[in-house]
Amino acid sequence: MSGHSPEEIKKSIRSYMMVFGVLIVGTIVTVLASFVDFGSSTANIIVALIIATFKASCVALIFMHLNAEKKTIYMTLGFTWFFFLGLMVLTIWASEDKPNYTVAPNDTPAVMAAPSEPAAH
Amino acid sequence: MEVPYTDTNRPDTGLYNAKVGIWLFLASEVMLFGALFSAYILLRVGAMPGHWPTGLLDVGPGFVNTLVLILSSVTVVMAWASLKLNDFKKFKFYQGITVICALLFVVIKSFEYKSKFTHHDVILKDGMRVDGHLVEETDEFIVLSHPVSYPAEKGIGHRPIAIKEAEDHAHEAGGDHHHEDRKIMLDDIEKRTTWGPWANTYLAIYFTLTGLHALHVIAGALVIAYFWGPGSKMWKTHPDQFANRIEVSGLFWHFVDLVWIFLFPILYLL
Repeated sequence: MSGHSPEEIKKSIRSYMMVFGVLIVGTIVTVLASFVDFGSSTANIIVALIIATFKASCVALIFMHLNAEKKTIYMTLGFTWFFFLGLMVLTIWASEDKPNYTVAPNDTPAVMAAPSEPAAH
Repeated sequence: MEVPYTDTNRPDTGLYNAKVGIWLFLASEVMLFGALFSAYILLRVGAMPGHWPTGLLDVGPGFVNTLVLILSSVTVVMAWASLKLNDFKKFKFYQGITVICALLFVVIKSFEYKSKFTHHDVILKDGMRVDGHLVEETDEFIVLSHPVSYPAEKGIGHRPIAIKEAEDHAHEAGGDHHHEDRKIMLDDIEKRTTWGPWANTYLAIYFTLTGLHALHVIAGALVIAYFWGPGSKMWKTHPDQFANRIEVSGLFWHFVDLVWIFLFPILYLL
């Protein structure tokens, strides 16, 4: 954080309380939105991720002081963001070449016919 | 030899060393959780249509845990701000609440885990599938409470539909199917497992992600508790360095909160 004078800290405390309220409301909205049918499961996932990204941005910018940091931190996070996005792009790209029937073992006839696991206790 | 730049900024970075260190660590953490999120996406899109489990987790405890972590994120940053305002008593107060929140999170999570490990998923020889909490077990039979029953061939993705159908049926009949325990003879069972990580890949990734996250909560709580207790002596001798330590531990804690903000909707709600 750039400024640490008592006045600046007191000003920041007001921001913290505002973000606290936003996060609580955001969490309630996330739960309520999950009960709404936005047309497809993909649309519901996108809505939930948009809300989560907004909440995460509030935490990162205000609580973690990324709204006013030094260049070194931004450079580090720039590289992180590049590699994280690359990972996600590769994941989505590879999803066309996905492994199938991943929910097993109880959910595919072929696997159901396989020897049973020991009974749980 | 003293560690340099603990309470003053390095001329080249403009930051004290621990702050650069924690951000580099958090960068590696982003990639660690990113890899697991990637695994989650591939498992989910790879499931047969309609077979990805939903509704296996209670939203209530997850929702409360989200609120608990949000509150702890506020208290941890307020603790740091209190030190910057030279108010050590308030620091102790806020950081104490943070530790309590961390403990509360772990306790709630452990209850959630326990309810999964006692939830039995049974495939019957007649092709039906029944799941519920084990309330009695003998050499001849088991009894499941709050049972949910549906054809096994439809897969676990059909479970929410089966619950809805049973509720509608019970509503029409004027009863409540959820209160009727179900006795199952062991001879009728083809296969039985619990809702542990071995049950299916949804629960496997659920336990992996939340287990790793819980380890982070525990580790962060230990560090914060140390600075709240014995480690706080440093405030008298090196107040600036102590405030920096609180800021660094706080940055880690915010990251833990940040990860949970994404875990809650994708595991509990979608």
